[in-house]
Amino acid sequence: MTVQQYTFLFVGLSFSLYLFIAWRARVRDTGGFYVAGRGVPAIANGIATAADWMSAASFLSMAGLVSFMGYAGGVYLMGWTGGFVLLALLLAPYLRKSGRFTVPDFVGDRFESQTARLVALVCALFISFTYVAGQMRGVGIVFARFLEVDINIGVVLGMAIVFVYATLGGMKGITYTQVAQYWVLIVAFLIPVVAISLQLTGEAVPQLGMGSELTSSGQRLLTTLDQIHQDLGFPSYTDPFDGSWDKVNVFCTTLALMAGTAGLPHVIVRFYTVKNVQAARWSGFWAIFFIAILYLTAPATAAFSRYFVFDSLATMEKDQPPAWFEEWEQSGLVIWLDGLDETGQPDGKITYRNGDENELFCPGKGITADEVAALKVAHAQWLDSNGKAGADGRLILRQKGKGKPGPDRDIMVLALPQMAGLAAWIIALVAAGGLAAALSTASGLLLVISSSVVHDFYYRMIRPTATDRERLRLSRIAIGGAVVIAGLFGIYPPGFVAQVVAFAFGLASSSFFPVLVLGIFSMRVGAMPAIAGMVCGIGFTASYILSTVYFDGELWCFGIKPEGIGAIGMLVNFAVAGVLTPFCKPPSAEARDLVRRIREPEEDDSSSPVVH
Amino acid sequence: MRLTLGLLVVWAIAGLGCGVLLADVLNEFTFLGFPLGFWFAQQGAIIMFVVLILIYALAMGRFDRKLKAQLRQIADEENAS
Repeated sequence: MTVQQYTFLFVGLSFSLYLFIAWRARVRDTGGFYVAGRGVPAIANGIATAADWMSAASFLSMAGLVSFMGYAGGVYLMGWTGGFVLLALLLAPYLRKSGRFTVPDFVGDRFESQTARLVALVCALFISFTYVAGQMRGVGIVFARFLEVDINIGVVLGMAIVFVYATLGGMKGITYTQVAQYWVLIVAFLIPVVAISLQLTGEAVPQLGMGSELTSSGQRLLTTLDQIHQDLGFPSYTDPFDGSWDKVNVFCTTLALMAGTAGLPHVIVRFYTVKNVQAARWSGFWAIFFIAILYLTAPATAAFSRYFVFDSLATMEKDQPPAWFEEWEQSGLVIWLDGLDETGQPDGKITYRNGDENELFCPGKGITADEVAALKVAHAQWLDSNGKAGADGRLILRQKGKGKPGPDRDIMVLALPQMAGLAAWIIALVAAGGLAAALSTASGLLLVISSSVVHDFYYRMIRPTATDRERLRLSRIAIGGAVVIAGLFGIYPPGFVAQVVAFAFGLASSSFFPVLVLGIFSMRVGAMPAIAGMVCGIGFTASYILSTVYFDGELWCFGIKPEGIGAIGMLVNFAVAGVLTPFCKPPSAEARDLVRRIREPEEDDSSSPVVH
Repeated sequence: MRLTLGLLVVWAIAGLGCGVLLADVLNEFTFLGFPLGFWFAQQGAIIMFVVLILIYALAMGRFDRKLKAQLRQIADEENAS
C-alpha cells in the first residue's frame, strides 16, 4: 500500500470514530451543550484538555520551530506548559467554584458590569478566531500534502466533520471526541520518534536518545548538531542567547506564553465541565501530565529532524534529491535556487547554510504564490544563461518577509518519518495525528465562540428570558456560523500557524490573565479599573504586534519581539488596574461575597470522590 | 495560600530561573549528555511543572478534608450542647 492509501485509511477510520462518539454523546440541554452537564470525570477531562490544548501548532509547528531555534525553542516548550501551573494554581479551581458557564460570564458577574462582560466577550471572540485560523491552515497543509487534494477541499472537509460533532454533542460530544483524538495524536507523535531514536542512537526512549551518542559516528547527537551549526554559520543549537534570541526576548516570550496559556478561554472553559473543585485540580494535573508526554518528546523530534535535514542534504546530488525533499518542493514549502560555481555553471548541489551562499528557502508571508512562480522561472533562466539573463531569485528571498532560509518550519514533523526512511504506514499515521490535533483544538474553540455569542451576548445581555430550547438551537446555528468563518480563514490564511498563535497568546496574556487574577484575589478592584486594564493591555499588545509585524515597524519596546510583547501588555494591564483602583468605587457587597465564596473550600462534598 | 505562593516560587525558579536567566551559566555542566541549561529549558522545567501541579492537587485535597473534618466537629459539638 502507498502512503496515500494508508493516509486515506487512517484518516477515514479516525474520522468515523469521531462521528460515532459524537452520535453516542449527543445532548439535549444547554448545560450539556456548554459544560457537558458538569459530569466529566477528572481524568477524561484532563485528556480532553490536553487534546484541546495541543493544536496543530503543538503537533506540527512546535518541534519544527525548536528544530530551527535550538535552545530558544524552549520558549514554546516552557511557555506552553508553565502556563498550566498558573492555570491550575491560580485560576481553575476558583473559576470552577464560581459556578459560571464561561469566562465573560465570570468577569461580568464579578465586576458587576455589562461593559466588562462585553469587553471580555470581544476579547474571547478575538482570541478564538485568531487561534482557529491557525488550526485550519494546519488541516490544509496535511490534506494538501498527503491526500493530494486541493487545500480548500481539505479545509471544507475538516470543517464539515467538526460541524457535525460539535452541533450534535456540544461540549459533551467534543469532550469525548477529544479523548479519542488525544490517543490518535499521541500515538502518531511517539511511534516515529521512538523508531528514529532507535535507528540513530540505539536508545528506545527519545528523551535519552537525544542526549546519547550516534551509533554511526560515536559522537553525541547534540555535540554533532552544535558542530554542524558552527560549520555552516548558524547560531549554536544548545547554547542560549546566541543569534537573535537574547535573554530579554526569551524571558518575555516565555512569560507571555505562560500567562497566555492560563488566559485562553477554550482551555479555561474545560475546567467548568468537572464535578467539583477537587476534580478541577485533578484534571489540571492530568492535563499537564498528558501534555507533558508530547512536550517532552518534541525536543527529541526537533533534534532528530535537524540532524536528518543536514544529513540528507549533505550527501545529495542534483540527480537524486531525497524523496521527502522533492515532494515538499512540489507543495511550495521548500524552494531550492541553485547557485553558480566559479566557472559560471550551476553547481548542482544544494547548499544550506546561514549566509549569502544559502540556496534553500521557504516563502515568507510577504510574497504570493504567483510571485514565487515568476521568481523560479527567472531564476531558471539565470541558471541556464550562466548568470547573463533572468534574475537571481535568492536576492529576493533574502529580503525580510519575502523568504526564510531553510525548509518551512511547519513541515518538519510531517517530513521526519520520510527523512528517516520509515514505513509508509507510519508516515500516514503522522498525517492522521496532525488532523486530530487540529480538529480537537478547532472544535473546542468553536464551542467557545458559540457559547460566547449565545450565552454571554444573547442570553445575558439581550434576552435574559430566552428559553433553554431556544438557546440550544441558537448555539447550534452559532457553531455553524463560526465554522464557516473559520473555514474562510483556512482558505485565505492570515499568516503562518505559529505566528498567528503567538498573536492569540499575546492577546490572552494581556487581557484575561490579569483580570481573572485580580477578580479572584482582590476584593477591592472594581469594574472601572478592570475594564480599563483589559482595554489598555490588549490595545497596547495588539498595536505593537500590528505595527511591528504587519507594517514592518521598529521593535521600539526594548527590542522585544512581537511574540514576547504580551508580557509587557500584561504588566500594562496590571498597572492600569492597580493605579485606577484607589480612585474608583469598590465592588458591591454581592461581588465581594462572590469572591469570598469562591475562595472557601467546598461545603458540599456529596458528589463522589474523584479517581486519582 | 502559603502553599500556592511557595509552589509559584519553585515554578519561577525552575522555569524562568534555570531555564532562562541562568541557562548560560548552567550550560557549563553536563547532565545525561545534555548541557544542563539546555536540558532545563527543554526537559527539566516541564517535569517540574507536572510535579508542582501534582503536589498542589494532593496538598489541597488533604487541606480540604481536614477543614471539613473540623467543620463537622464544630457542628457536632453545637448539636450536642
